[in-house]
Amino acid sequence: MLLPEFPLNTDLLYRLRIEWLGNIRGDVLAGLVVALALIPEAVAFSIIAGVDPKVGLYASFSIAVITAIAGGRPGMISAATAATAVLMVTLVADHGLQYLLAATVLAGVLQVVAGALRLGHLMRFVSRSVLTGFVNALAILIFLAQLPELIGVPWLTYVMVAAGLAIIYLFPHLTKAVPSPLVCIVALTAVTLAFDLDLRTVGDMGDLPSTLPIFLLPDIPLTLDTLLIVLPYSAAIAVVGLLESLMTASIVDELTDTTSNKDRECVGQGIANCATGFIGGMAGCAMIGQSVINVKSGGRGRLSTLCAGIFLLILCVVLGDWVSQVPMAALVAIMIMVSVGTFSWDSIRNLRVHPRSSSLVMLATVVTVVATHNLAIGVGVGVLLSGLFFSWKIAQIFRVTSTLSEDNTARTYLVEGQVFFASADAFLASFDFREALEKIVIDVSRAHIWDISSVASLDTVVLKFRREGAEVEIIGLNAASETIVDNLAVHDKPDAIDRLIGH
Amino acid sequence: MTKLIALIDGSIYSESVCDHAAWAAARCDASVELIHVLGRRDTSSAPVNLSGNLDANARDTLLEELASLDESKAKLAMRRGRLILDEAHARLVTDGIEAVETKLRHGEIVETLQEFEAEADLIVIGKRGEAADFDKLHLGSNLERVVRSSHKPVLVAARAFRAVNRFLIAFDGGSSAKMAVEHVARSKLFAGLPCRLLTVGNDTPEARSKLDEAAALLGSGGRDVTADIVPGHADAAIAEAVTSDAIDMVVMGAYGHSRIRSLIIGSTTTEMIRSCLVPVMLFR
Repeated sequence: MLLPEFPLNTDLLYRLRIEWLGNIRGDVLAGLVVALALIPEAVAFSIIAGVDPKVGLYASFSIAVITAIAGGRPGMISAATAATAVLMVTLVADHGLQYLLAATVLAGVLQVVAGALRLGHLMRFVSRSVLTGFVNALAILIFLAQLPELIGVPWLTYVMVAAGLAIIYLFPHLTKAVPSPLVCIVALTAVTLAFDLDLRTVGDMGDLPSTLPIFLLPDIPLTLDTLLIVLPYSAAIAVVGLLESLMTASIVDELTDTTSNKDRECVGQGIANCATGFIGGMAGCAMIGQSVINVKSGGRGRLSTLCAGIFLLILCVVLGDWVSQVPMAALVAIMIMVSVGTFSWDSIRNLRVHPRSSSLVMLATVVTVVATHNLAIGVGVGVLLSGLFFSWKIAQIFRVTSTLSEDNTARTYLVEGQVFFASADAFLASFDFREALEKIVIDVSRAHIWDISSVASLDTVVLKFRREGAEVEIIGLNAASETIVDNLAVHDKPDAIDRLIGH
Repeated sequence: MTKLIALIDGSIYSESVCDHAAWAAARCDASVELIHVLGRRDTSSAPVNLSGNLDANARDTLLEELASLDESKAKLAMRRGRLILDEAHARLVTDGIEAVETKLRHGEIVETLQEFEAEADLIVIGKRGEAADFDKLHLGSNLERVVRSSHKPVLVAARAFRAVNRFLIAFDGGSSAKMAVEHVARSKLFAGLPCRLLTVGNDTPEARSKLDEAAALLGSGGRDVTADIVPGHADAAIAEAVTSDAIDMVVMGAYGHSRIRSLIIGSTTTEMIRSCLVPVMLFR
């Protein structure tokens, strides 16, 4: 079931009407604002990936339009993104654009499969700290991508970028009716043209769209070698795309206080990428910054995303000659704004307040991403670390106490808390095997035995005591080992939770 | 003890919904649960900000802003909702109903109803809500959705309540119409009221036998029935019968066809609710 869980016929039409036509005025206006902001971003991300701007612009158009229809989160903006663009650099450099298109199609297929398998639910293992690390790393990647435009360029560029940033941040104090990034672009382009300044322009970076996109098959040999070249890129793009999309969906959920269908979003992203590869666009996903801009501008429904895509294409095709005159400095200013807006500045302040393990997870995610330029690896490291820290914390909820019998021949050990791989050593160490006793009682009825490691430890303890000549009795093993099965099946035993927590 | 759910909002129909609910509750000795559902957040609530830029911590600032706007709106809507419910409560008490409960809920009307209708025996709703304009031909947007999703009979209140002395069952022989007949035969709501059982269409032996069967069932329930078949189009013929025969309420099966079909070629049920100026009780 890829469609949301409502009875077909009764509520589908209502749902469609609300999602598409519930907020027409707000959606169209917000779509226009977003389209204006998408153009510089799509151009910038194409440059990151090393392809012509038209590849990113076609991609943004097609991804926005398709996710508007097929996505699971109304009001979220998807297009060509930095997160996916940084993954393509070496593929484009080594094999060229056609392989990128094939990788895009394959990434889409993988995402559809992931959606059908409901892998989106794995997002619950990605902790808040990893997510913060993800957005910070993304912001840093976007900023780093601007450096080639900022290093070794004429001094005039710095003046222009500074002026652009001033317009972007100060113009809204004058009026909120006109998008300030648009004002920045128009003003800087006008100045460049008026004074005939010798600055790099968008036109210098490659072809812009001059026609509507057309369907074309990627021109690659359909062999196993091709697949092996493309697959690692596609897998990384698919994972990163879904991560950012699902994360953006939760951000939009939170901002608008509504819910979204995560499985449908995965499938929607997949369909969008698949189709985009066939019209000569690069892979993309949801964009945090643009989605926030959309919500801020009043966009809530699917219409806003659709409008953003359509306006984008119209603007590019109609104003193509003008777009090519835009100085790169204006784009750099806008991308710095996106980077600053994406970064979670609170997280720096929180470094001191949050538990050190959380901060470490966040920083490890950021560092890994910046080092590898691959958000998927960063998230993997973050998830691994948070899992380790969590088990380390839980392993501390564990205690062994003991009492000696009056005649000094028997000892009863009382094990309480969580026994699993991380606490198995501590468990083993809490018994005194040197004490010469005739009888040992190990009471595990107040403990949880979670895995095979803990069972093995218990066996070792029993064996060691027996070798010292003691008789060993274990109490409460059945209750303690109920947690060892993979699925606790709490749902069909109403008192299971009580028993787990209680004993 | 039976229970009614009355769905009210701030529209002019709320008073009439209360009166209909009071009438039904008095006849069935039922308790009434008044539900007012506060709307969803589908549209943008913030004032237009098209500046299109992202400040540092744009997400948190925006969340803060939207949350505080929603908060003040929700507080207002809640106060208004309580007032609406209190007023409706008072009206039911004046009408002589003691067992009244009120519920103020956030969310979506159909979802809310699905949550609570299990314990209810009848849903009362107005023909139009406050979101609809007062164009006489326009039915409330929630009405059809409520009727289609509900498993209980739905009483659709007319604009003003008029004591029910005589009612009509629009009988097309379908399964929901049979359900309506069974309910009428059993329910205390219709005890002692004269009933006209009407089939619109050609007087075929098949239609006649179904009609007789229904009439017999109603007769066995102690209802005073006149059954007849009238040729013509259902909605026009029934509207005509309602005016000429001084009918105070129409009972019928509802929405036999899919939503898609009713969207394209229209629905008899919608036509009837629209054209009859009396309350309509729907079974599905």
